[in-house]
Amino acid sequence: MKPTKRRSEKGWVYAMPTAVFVLLFFVVPIIIVARMSVSDWGLFAGDQGWNAPENYQDVLDDRLLWPAVWFTLKYTVVTTVILLALALGLALLVQESTRWTGFLRTSFLIPSALGLASASLLFYALYSPQSSPLDFFGPVSFLGTPGKALWSTVALIVWRFAGFYMLLLLVGLQGISADVYEAARLDGANRWHTFRYVTLPLLKSSIALCTILCVTGSLLAFDQFYILTKGGPDNSTITIVQLVYNMAFQGQNNLGRAAALSILILVALLVLNALQFRGLRDKES
Amino acid sequence: MRRTILKGIAVAALAGLMTPAVAACGGGDDKGNPAAALAEVTAEGVDDGSELTLWTRAPLELQAKALVDAYNKSHKNQVKLTIVPNDDYVAKVGAAAGSGDLPDLFAADIVYVPNWTKAGLFADLTGNIGKLPYADKINQGHIEAGTYEGKKFVLPFVLDLSVIFWNKKLYKEAGLDPEKGPATLDEFKEQALAVQKLNKPGVNGTYFGGNCGGCGVFTWFPMVWASGAEVLADQGEKSLLDSPEAQKVYSTWRDLQKAGAIAPGSKDETGATWVAAFQENKIGVMPYPATLLPTAAKTVDVGVTAIPGASAGAGSTFVGGDGVGVSKDSKKAQQAWNFLAWMMSEQGQVDVLAANNTSPSRTDLADNQYSAKDPRVATINKVAASPQSKTPVAVNFQQAFNAPGSPWVTLFRNQVYGDGSSLAKDNEAITQVLGQ
Repeated sequence: MKPTKRRSEKGWVYAMPTAVFVLLFFVVPIIIVARMSVSDWGLFAGDQGWNAPENYQDVLDDRLLWPAVWFTLKYTVVTTVILLALALGLALLVQESTRWTGFLRTSFLIPSALGLASASLLFYALYSPQSSPLDFFGPVSFLGTPGKALWSTVALIVWRFAGFYMLLLLVGLQGISADVYEAARLDGANRWHTFRYVTLPLLKSSIALCTILCVTGSLLAFDQFYILTKGGPDNSTITIVQLVYNMAFQGQNNLGRAAALSILILVALLVLNALQFRGLRDKES
Repeated sequence: MRRTILKGIAVAALAGLMTPAVAACGGGDDKGNPAAALAEVTAEGVDDGSELTLWTRAPLELQAKALVDAYNKSHKNQVKLTIVPNDDYVAKVGAAAGSGDLPDLFAADIVYVPNWTKAGLFADLTGNIGKLPYADKINQGHIEAGTYEGKKFVLPFVLDLSVIFWNKKLYKEAGLDPEKGPATLDEFKEQALAVQKLNKPGVNGTYFGGNCGGCGVFTWFPMVWASGAEVLADQGEKSLLDSPEAQKVYSTWRDLQKAGAIAPGSKDETGATWVAAFQENKIGVMPYPATLLPTAAKTVDVGVTAIPGASAGAGSTFVGGDGVGVSKDSKKAQQAWNFLAWMMSEQGQVDVLAANNTSPSRTDLADNQYSAKDPRVATINKVAASPQSKTPVAVNFQQAFNAPGSPWVTLFRNQVYGDGSSLAKDNEAITQVLGQ
């Protein structure tokens, strides 16, 4: 009994530094944002006192909210599916090819070295009818319609992140012991069988990690749309985080309302992540 | 992507931590209260070698630097200039206002000024402006935008005017008179169509910021004013953008769009590059910021005229740009006023601004040695003083017009790219935001 208790005390001491940082840089700000979300809090005017639940009501009544939620979800699904499929393909390719591994790995990873904002600017130039080198087949319009704007942005994100997710999956692939493959080969498994019944199940935790990262990242998309489309055309590409930014700094200048929406996003993400973890754990066991 | 929301939370949290300080700054001693300091100071202000801080946004960098350099050379006070990227400016000022850290002087986009004076970001300058011998000659659009409850808070910092630019070389090729720009909206349309008919690859009749609310405000409002109508009523709480005069503007652009005379990039132009194509000799005629005349004239043979309305007249311009005032947080308000008083003087207006091809903000200095040299500059200065040139005043201006996704952007996109049938509904949406 006694030694266990001492051990648990020791554990707390070890965890203290992290706990302090989490408290200081995560819990405290969230409490402040929560307070802001129930206050009449203008960007210039500051705190004018309690007004709950007006901010939440205003957020839910915002004419751009539901289109933004819908668009964010659509964008998340599209991005995640394409990105993970492509990253897995690239990882397998890099692993299979022995001669070109170094070259391939580098070339897929280079986009990841570019910040997302810089990458967005690069694509902005690429897509702009004034500077695009892609205009040899007539006038270009990559961002002119809602559909084009979505797919053009997805192309940027895939280009930017495929290498990163490839690397994560590659680490997972290399963690699979060669013995398993040898056993499969001895049992007469062909390529497809090996992939379907050996590689995929053993890669599940890596794929799960990638999915969570990709889904969370896409739900919080901001930079690429802020730079490429500013939510246009016709408000068709406003993401939910952009809406937070717009409420705080672009016209409404209402920090309380922006905080209320931030809190709602936080809650939604927590629920979503909990579900994801749970689903993945079930599969593993 | 994840970082952004954390950043958002951090900014919000920071503002939260700092706000209690504002309330604490309300009363207090004379030194900390700019209003009291300003009430005592002479018309020239105090030049005692203090260091002053001044913030402005990036589009006005050229003029701001020129003003500050000239002031620092001739005064004991030294102004330290901070240039903030355009899109970050509101957020930066907001954070500083919350924490009581505004600089001594700061400029603001004139259309945001009513909102900012209402929020109390500026110190009252009524008495100080009244002491200037040329007070009634200062650009009235800016003064009115900076007046709240009868008190004057800002002076014009830099005027940014919209005028029509045309490309004389393309006009000649199209068989138009290269020395005569459009005097009516119909002429504007005809001339743009004529340039389009050249069928030169990459060259189009005209251009506009099809996804940029601020560009539309800057270039289309004057077309309505020049036609003799207003765009706002009820102290900026009601939109009149469904008037027959406004409809004439929309139909002009809709016809141009149908004829393919608007450059294809227009439709998704968010405002970052809306002035670029003209400078590359790719556009025949378009409304353009007058401050860019020196830049555009480097590559293009530019003609300049006022923005026309439905019928021929004096034309109009959007009297935009930035107003500047002493902040509520300034500890050196008397010295800050010294900078403002000098800026409005002939040295500031003519020797610095006019010398840099910027219109002076005093009507009595519109004709000066620099405008005498270039008739185009004289044209710009003249239209700035025209009674149809205005600065719209509305507290919720940014949200209704400039913000991405604003109801104004929806309205004019429906007008140009759609059939225009949703006008009444779209206009009502603007009024609703204005009245909030």
